[in-house]
This record gives sequence, structure tokens and C-alpha cells, in this order.
Amino acid sequence: MRNRSRLIRLTLSYGVLIVMSIMILYPLAWTIGASFNPGNSLISTSIIPKNPTLAHYKELFEGSASLPYGQWYVNSVKISFFTMVGAIISVSFTGYAFSRFRFKGKKNTLTVFLLLQMIPQFSALIALFVLAQMLDMVNSHWLLILLYIGGLIPMNTYLMKGYMDSIPMELDESARIDGASFTRTFWQIIMPLSKPMLAVVAMNGFTVPLGDFVLSSVILRKTEAYTLPIGLFNLVNEVMGASYTTFAAGAILISIPIAIVFLLLQRNFVSGLTTGGTKG
Amino acid sequence: MQHRKLALLLSIIPGFGQFYHRQWLKGLLFLLITVSFFVAFKDLLNMGLWGIVTLGTEIPRDNSIFLLAEGLIALIVIFLGLIVYYLNLRDAYKTGVMRDNKQTLYTLRQQYQHVLFKGYPYLISGPAFLLLLFAVVFPILFSFAIAFTNYDLYNSPPAKLVEWVGFSTFKEIFTVDIWRSTFFDVLAWTVVWTIVASTLQVALGIFLAVVVNQKEIRFKKLFRTILVLPWAVPGFVTILIFAGLFNDSFGAVNNDILAALGIDAIPWLTDPNWSRFALIMMQGWLGFPYIFLVTTGVLQSIPEDLYEAATIDGASAFSKFRHITMPMILLSISPIIITQFTFNFNNFNIIYLFNAGGPAVPDSTAGGTDILVSWIYKLTMQSSQYALAAALTIMLSVVVVSIALWQFRKSSTFKEGA
Repeated sequence: MRNRSRLIRLTLSYGVLIVMSIMILYPLAWTIGASFNPGNSLISTSIIPKNPTLAHYKELFEGSASLPYGQWYVNSVKISFFTMVGAIISVSFTGYAFSRFRFKGKKNTLTVFLLLQMIPQFSALIALFVLAQMLDMVNSHWLLILLYIGGLIPMNTYLMKGYMDSIPMELDESARIDGASFTRTFWQIIMPLSKPMLAVVAMNGFTVPLGDFVLSSVILRKTEAYTLPIGLFNLVNEVMGASYTTFAAGAILISIPIAIVFLLLQRNFVSGLTTGGTKG
Repeated sequence: MQHRKLALLLSIIPGFGQFYHRQWLKGLLFLLITVSFFVAFKDLLNMGLWGIVTLGTEIPRDNSIFLLAEGLIALIVIFLGLIVYYLNLRDAYKTGVMRDNKQTLYTLRQQYQHVLFKGYPYLISGPAFLLLLFAVVFPILFSFAIAFTNYDLYNSPPAKLVEWVGFSTFKEIFTVDIWRSTFFDVLAWTVVWTIVASTLQVALGIFLAVVVNQKEIRFKKLFRTILVLPWAVPGFVTILIFAGLFNDSFGAVNNDILAALGIDAIPWLTDPNWSRFALIMMQGWLGFPYIFLVTTGVLQSIPEDLYEAATIDGASAFSKFRHITMPMILLSISPIIITQFTFNFNNFNIIYLFNAGGPAVPDSTAGGTDILVSWIYKLTMQSSQYALAAALTIMLSVVVVSIALWQFRKSSTFKEGA
């Protein structure tokens, strides 16, 4: 009796897992298949194409004016990289300030941060639309980077503060007694111990620009200035179906490196997040 | 008169209170800051304040929207100036108190160290605050201000001036028939979408984590890797892939899967209800791995002896799940669950990238699957209804913020955190 119910439970479990795995792998496999499928049409697409071709991958890097995929790639990596660096620098400082110091306005600032992280940056859309024109910074990657960093500060400061709060205060105190300055304590004690959370902030910084469609589509208007999300969206939408196979190739090339990094860092990411989440 | 009062009175002109205390350097510093503040910002303040009140009086000389922006910058500058002014008053007063109590005043060196010590947190977080002010606070204020103007396609610079109209845009949302019906349609779908999609992804994530985490399951690592794939692949890519898969003419869902099952093609992108259904399923697919990951972490940290004790007491597998596993999970991940709801409420990408909020609905600026944020995006970018979009933004923010605040006040996170 006991064995039989166990058997049923396990069979059901494996059944569920296999069905889910198929549901997850199918769209991905379909895309990979499409990217090797000859021609532009998808009517005859099958997961394993009969005459696989690399033509779509080549097309991406031919550098035609309407499809500067390489340029989009460079733009995206550049924006993501600088956003990440900026986010790490500013958030580790604000996190340290909020975690270790008592200062006037601290409580209010934290409440404001909480509110700001609730109001999506999205709500500033109209303003950014006008401002970019006013400042003559339409198509400026640096404006976009600054906006991303600014948007990342409230939420990630919370995470960082929460994580730093879990580092015992005694460590700082003994360093201070030994004559270390605040800055030195920060660099030599707090920062090394906060590495897991720094990894989370880095990852947030890197992925936010890659997941953003709204801000970038408001600010970047020139095809050469596009990031991958806008570029690929336009590629799919302008002539839906006609260039879907090329899109598939472009999608594969961006997904694989990111997926690998995510899979490698997932443990870090989750432990950092749950610690920060429950403590702060 | 007491020193403190006299000093306070004198520092109405910044610096003079400090001079009174014979703190020449500090006084000079305050005075210098004040003078340079006015020299540097004289024009901005003058122009900005005039601009924000009138929004311009003459075409083509005045551009109302630029004037509005300048005015807001002027207000922010004034706000920062007032902080310095307050510091000046407070410093003069405090030193006055010390003199009244016959304490020795700080030496210059001590003052310097004091400032360094007290000012350290401000110093290190200052640049971040400035950035936040520029990149987040200012644009939000600007959007909010636009809600109270009549800025739209017909009233836009440089051809026309924009005027303050108070709450009339807000009123129109509820009184103009087409806006009202669109607003409530969109709102209703936004609420349904948020609740159903978030619940689905959370439930699926927890369920699968529990399934994989059973002791007897083999190939755990393989299953986990497959299950987190949707999280690892960039979201915009997957959404676009799905847009292709669900495509009415060439998508694999209709052509391969449903055809193989002998079901007629379904108009995924052109029928609003099928679009909604597809969107919810997709969000389940996209959103569950994150919950799965976090829950797996929690499950692995539940001490084994809890289960052993329960087994000895004769608990069934189900009651162990109900009384040990589930409470532990919910306790640890409830803040993350809440963020899933706010995330989906604002989940612009999936709605817009899938079929641009479509299919189109006759007599409406919103499509059949538009949620509030994607509708606002369209109003801004496509139909230039800036004031309307801004007013909707305000209403949306007020709702999100009040729900969030209410929730956070209840949770201990907020109390400890602040």
C-alpha cells in the first residue's frame, strides 16, 4: 500500500517534470531550428531543418544599414556595462551610508526610496520624451545610462543595506579602534564581505538595460543607436514573418551568453537575494 | 539678549551669525555660498519662477514646456538652497547655545573633523542622491506637472502655448464617455491580468520546486537547469519568440501543435480573449522559474529533523507539506511574492512586445490587451495625449504606492529597515 502510493506519486512527479521540460524546451528548440532554416518564410519550418544554413547568421554581420546587428550588440554591451559599474559604485556607497551611519533624514530618505521603487520609472516617460529633445540628447547612450543608474539606486540600496546590516557591527568597531578610517573600513571589511550582494547588484545593473524597452525606445531613435531589444523588436515587427528567421539567429546570439552567465551565477543570486530580502 | 537668539537673528543674512561668534572662516564660507548661489542662479530663478507660473505669454518667443522644465529645476535649486540656509541658521543657533552655557567653542580643527565625521554619510551618498534627483525625481515631478496642463497634440509648442488647467484632465477621464469606458476596461483587465498571471507563476514555481525537491527524484540537477532556463534567457527575446509561435499564419502553435491534435487554428493575436489567455500562459512560463529558484533555496534550508519529528508523530506526506513546508515557504518568500504582483501590474514588455496591446478595439485608443502602463505608453508615443497620459500616471502611482505602503507597514521588513 505504502509502496504503491509512492509509486503513483513518483510517476506523477516525473510526468509533470517531463511535460514542463518539453514546454520549456520546445519554444527554444523551435527558435534554434528557425535560425538555421533556409529562406525567410516560416511556413515550412521544422525543428530540425532539412537543409540547415548559416545564411541568417551571416546576414546579421553583413552590416547592412537597416540591420546593423553588430552595432546593436556593441551598444547593448556598452550600455549594460557602464550601467553595471555605475550601479555598483553608487549603491555600495549609499548602502554603506544607510547601514552604518545614523544621520539626519535617514528614515525619511528610506521611505522616499521605498516609494520611488514603487513608482515605476515608467511614469516619467512623458518627461523623458520631452527632456531628451530639450537637452538635445536624443540618441544619447550616456543619458540612457544615467537614467538606468538613477532608476536602480532606490531598490538596490535597499538590498545592499539589508545585506550590510547582516555583517556584524563589531567588525567595523574593532577596525575603527585600530585606527582605520571610514573609507578604509568600507574598502577592506564591508566590501569584501558584501560580495554576494555586489554580484546581485551587478547582475541587476547589467540586465536592466537588456530588459528595457520603454526608456530606450523613447530616447534612441536612430537605427544605429538602437539596443538589441529595440532592434530585434523592429526587425520582427516591421515585416513580421518575412525576417523571422533572421530574428531567430539574432536572438540565439544574445541569449546564449546571457543564459550561461545566469545559470553560473544563479546560486549567488538567490542566496544574496533571500538574505537581503528577509533581513532588510 | 541671549547669544543664541542674537546669532539666529543675525544669520538671516547667512554668515553673520558665525561672524558674531567670531568664527570668521565658517561665516565667510556661508556668505560666499549664498552670494555665489544668487549670482549663479539669478537668471534661472527669475526666469524659471516666472515661467512656471505663466507657462509663457508670447509665441514664438516662449516655449511652455521648456519653461515648465526650467521652473521645476528652479524649484529644486531653491529647495537645495533652503537646506543650506537651514544649516546656517542651525549652526549659528547651536554655537549660540554653547556660548550661553559657557562652553568652550570648537576650534577650527575640531570643527573640520566634526564636519567630516557627521558629513561622511552625506558625502559618500551625495553623488547618488544628485543622480537620483536628476534621473528619477525630476522626471516624475515633471510628468506630474504636465497632468495639470492642457499639453497635447493640439496645444503643443512651439506653435501654441500650454496652459495650466487644474484638475480638468482628471475630471475628463471620468466624464468624457469614451475615456471613461476605455479607462475602466483597461483597469479591469489590468487587475485581472495582475492577479491571475502573478498567482499562476507563483503557484507553478512553488509546486515545481516541491516536486523536484522530493528525496526520490533523480536527475535533480538536470531538471533544475531546464526549469530555470526561462529565467536565464532574456525576457524580451522569449516574448518575441512567443509572438512568432502564436502567429496566426506561420506560428507553430497553430500549425504544428494544434494541427497535430486535430484542433482548428485559434486566432491568438486577433481575438482579444485568446490573446489574453496566451499572455497569461506566457507570463506563467516566464515568471515561474524565479519563484522556483527562491523556493528551492528555502526548501533546502528547512531542517530535516522537522520532517522526522512529524513522521514519528504519524503525519502523512500531505499534512507534512501543509504544516511544515508551505508555512516555511510563505514566511520566507512573501516579500518576493508581493514584488511579483507589482511587477506584473507594470509589466509593459510582455503586453507590448507580444502584439502591441492588440488587437485594436474600435473607438478606443487602447487595444484589447492593453494594461494601464502600455496604454499610457501609447497615449504618449502615438497619439500625443500628454496631459491625459500624465494624469493616468498619477492615478496609477497613487494606487500602487498606497497598496505598497499599506503592505509594507504590515510587514516587519519596513519597521526594521527604517
